[in-house]
Amino acid sequence: MSINVTRRQFFKLGGAGLASSSLAMMGFAPEPAEASIRQFKLTHAKETRNTCTYCSVGCGILIYSKGDGSKNVEQNVFHIEGDPDHPVSRGSLCPKGAGLLDFVHSKGRLEYPQVREAGSSEWTRISWDEALNRIARHMKDDRDANFVQRTAQGETVNHWTTTGFLAASGSSNEAGYITHKVVRNLGMVAFDNQARV
Amino acid sequence: MTNHWVDIRNANLILSMGGNSAEAHPVGFRWVTEAIEHNKAELITIDPRFTRTSAVAQDKAFIRTGTDIAFLGGLISYLIETDQIQREYVLNYTDAALIVREDYGFEDGLFSGYDESTRSYDKQSWMYEMGDDGFVRRDESLQDPRCVYQLLREHYSRYTPDMVSSITGITVDDIQRIWKKIAAMAVPGKTMTILYALGWTQHSTGSQIIRNAAMVQLLLGNMGMPGGGVNALRGHSNIQGLTDLGLLSQLLPGYMTLANAKEQDYRAYIDKRTKQPTVEGQVSYWKNYEKFHVSLMKAWYGDAANEGNNWCFDWLPKLERPLYDILDTFERMSKGELNGYFCQGFNPLASFPDRAKVTRALSSLKYLVVMDPLNTETSEFWRNYGEYNDVDSSQIDTEVFRLPTCCFAEDEGSIVNSARWLQWHWSAAPPPGDARPDTRIMGELFLKLKRLYQEEGGVFADPILNLTWDYRIPDDPKADELAREFNGRALEDLTDEQGNVTRRAGEQLAGFAELTADGRTAAGCWIFTGCWTEAGNQMANRDNSDPYGTGNTLGWAWAWPMNRRILYNRASADVQGRPWGPDKAFVWWDGEQGAWVGADVPDFPTNSPPSQGQMPFIMQPEGVGHLFAGQSMVDGPFPEHYEPFESPVSQNLLHPGKEKARNNPAARIFDEDREALGKPEEFPHAATTYRLTEHFHFWTKHAELNAIVQPQQFVEIGEALADEIGIAAGDWVKVSSKRGFIKAVAVVTKRLRPMMIGDKQVHHVGIPLHWGFTGVAKKGYLVNALTPFVGDANTQTPEYKSFTVRVDKV
Repeated sequence: MSINVTRRQFFKLGGAGLASSSLAMMGFAPEPAEASIRQFKLTHAKETRNTCTYCSVGCGILIYSKGDGSKNVEQNVFHIEGDPDHPVSRGSLCPKGAGLLDFVHSKGRLEYPQVREAGSSEWTRISWDEALNRIARHMKDDRDANFVQRTAQGETVNHWTTTGFLAASGSSNEAGYITHKVVRNLGMVAFDNQARV
Repeated sequence: MTNHWVDIRNANLILSMGGNSAEAHPVGFRWVTEAIEHNKAELITIDPRFTRTSAVAQDKAFIRTGTDIAFLGGLISYLIETDQIQREYVLNYTDAALIVREDYGFEDGLFSGYDESTRSYDKQSWMYEMGDDGFVRRDESLQDPRCVYQLLREHYSRYTPDMVSSITGITVDDIQRIWKKIAAMAVPGKTMTILYALGWTQHSTGSQIIRNAAMVQLLLGNMGMPGGGVNALRGHSNIQGLTDLGLLSQLLPGYMTLANAKEQDYRAYIDKRTKQPTVEGQVSYWKNYEKFHVSLMKAWYGDAANEGNNWCFDWLPKLERPLYDILDTFERMSKGELNGYFCQGFNPLASFPDRAKVTRALSSLKYLVVMDPLNTETSEFWRNYGEYNDVDSSQIDTEVFRLPTCCFAEDEGSIVNSARWLQWHWSAAPPPGDARPDTRIMGELFLKLKRLYQEEGGVFADPILNLTWDYRIPDDPKADELAREFNGRALEDLTDEQGNVTRRAGEQLAGFAELTADGRTAAGCWIFTGCWTEAGNQMANRDNSDPYGTGNTLGWAWAWPMNRRILYNRASADVQGRPWGPDKAFVWWDGEQGAWVGADVPDFPTNSPPSQGQMPFIMQPEGVGHLFAGQSMVDGPFPEHYEPFESPVSQNLLHPGKEKARNNPAARIFDEDREALGKPEEFPHAATTYRLTEHFHFWTKHAELNAIVQPQQFVEIGEALADEIGIAAGDWVKVSSKRGFIKAVAVVTKRLRPMMIGDKQVHHVGIPLHWGFTGVAKKGYLVNALTPFVGDANTQTPEYKSFTVRVDKV
């Protein structure tokens, strides 16, 4: 008997439960018509390899987006599934990872820099330039006023303890590295990430 | 993890304790079920609750939260007294035979050297005794009363089954049955793996619980073995990577440490960290410390760092306190000692203990910067959400900036999973609106600051003005550039002893063995060296073949260090270099090739023959695993059970009447926070926080699908407690600690049962942590309203897993 499912569709079925994957193994392949709809939907998508952003198992995922990357074309992620080649996850995703698409498109995603002024009860949208200029000003004023070069005992410490920084264990190594490089060289010591808690 | 996810399938026994991987790491957990189905392994769970992991376990016990050391200490005593240890392994690969100094001791629950006024130990006596030859003294017979083995035996002789039962609440029968099963893993060809998570770390004794597990594994000969190890199932997708990169108050990349204020001399600073072998001929790889350090300084400061200025040693901040951890920082912040704070993808209002204190602290800041893809509670800590966030905005003067960042799908780079694999990912689409990657935000912010220092001058600008910044687009450094930088490169030609050029200037380094202490190499994170070589990006490798059938896929991604997948894997072979058992062949000595070979990259000098006597634990000066921690822990060289700071029982049954030994004597607690601890009379129930399988922290309440499957906050209460206080399933309850309260729907369950602690019945209350006042799920109360502001003595990780509450019907 010929099996009319591609590997991806096979794994997709496997993800639906043991019963369906066992059926497929025994040759009871899905109807070709049903399978071809999925095929059609993903054919023109851009497939991007990524890793689930939640726990530390590091399941491989495939992100499907439309748009060819041209400047005037809207890029949009419309489907995420497990990567069947991944040696740990082998195409599976858990209940958390199964909802990744809704995280990407969450209503809670932030889109623009904002400021909440002292005593205010609302946000005001500002430009990146204004946001970063104001933040840099705060930092420099605080650093220049409170940076400690020497302790009372005359020990060189060169640290800045009045501004602190929490880094993100959901960010990449590259973001983590540049963050460390910047934060430490400003002299900050009140510096932690989620590994502390 | 010392081992890795797929390797769990090689275990003969799986001990799940301090974690609930079926729920929190479901896809990793498939390798547990694989071991059960195909390796005839048994799964044992020990948890306060009947969890989803327990549901598929072959054996289980229910333990009072915060008493794991009592169970594990008792297990060690049982292994020793019944002589069920892997003797050859223990004798050769651990410090069991090493002699400890005469003045080390333990009395009334305190180790030698305790100073009550500082709540700390003078650790001088916690050391091995050195012989006249400059190396540690040893007793191969293990009979010397001062050898580690005998001290260990003596220390845990107090942990009898009856004592363990009365502390943990596990029946003596359950204890003995499970100990017996674990002891069977002392046979050379059998292994147990231990899986743990925040259920072990989030205690005032958390680090010592984990050490205790490692000691059990050394006695059983299970470290370095396939299907063995001590495996931290870490909580976030790149929490391992950020730890490796040293984004913690006292660290530099690659587990190097900042100097403290007393360390003014560069040479002394380096010498202290350069660990020379204390047993003759051992590898002691930290002896190369200066190579790693100087290479970091060259990566950061380029030509500005040279031997003449001690590679800019004074440019690095030095520590005036032991740690500037988050508890210390929020204590200072609550007293008005901080002006600014950044939260990059971190939600401290929800994640830090004693939420009322966190709100007070944030309200005292001049400026707060939140960088996040999501609308977090922290970014809106000033906004009134009724009872969920009862604040008066007009009284809060903190200026809050909120900067939108990319999420994983829009980001390129690598993240490190729990198994130390660096896996590369690509961006699938641009971010929404005007959101930006963290790399660009940090780049642009830094350059703006640098410009201000150039234009205005300012305090100690040297490290700012001289920081290397050779990125193609300076305010937008790209992931590939940064990855190449932390891998490292040669700055000048490198040569071997004969003068042959081994690496051209400008080339990427292939491994940390190439690093030098003379400024010829630059590397931003030495343990990552090898991830992006002249052969390209190793983290993007996608060959999933498993040539030895051990589940070790060396061609998939890249693991630190040097793509080794099981740490200390030389210990998977006996002293002669032969596998311990036919099913456990992993790395062994091949006499013909004169090399260690096998399924993994040897975590050992490849050509060091067994006859040379180098031992597997190459990062330790003795070459062996430590049953005796020496000075590496602040609260004792052997783990000891102490009660959680908030406990339903009023004394430590191991030290009745000894108030100093009730809680961890070396754990720091601020006065005001001690006052905010509840007493058992008022808050009688043990409480613990945890995750649910449908949610990830406070993120997925923003994702519709997850919010639909688990929309509403609840707490779990056992049937007996529900009867006692007249609660039916579905009733609303108020759960209070001395610091605050939450309200939630009660799930009345058989999964939590009362246990007898001494003569007292103790109930547990289970508190899932995923709700808050932003997101698309139903609004809920941040559970850290309840938790105490005290942490582990070593790491200051807050004690979220053991505290006390009362429960009232609303």
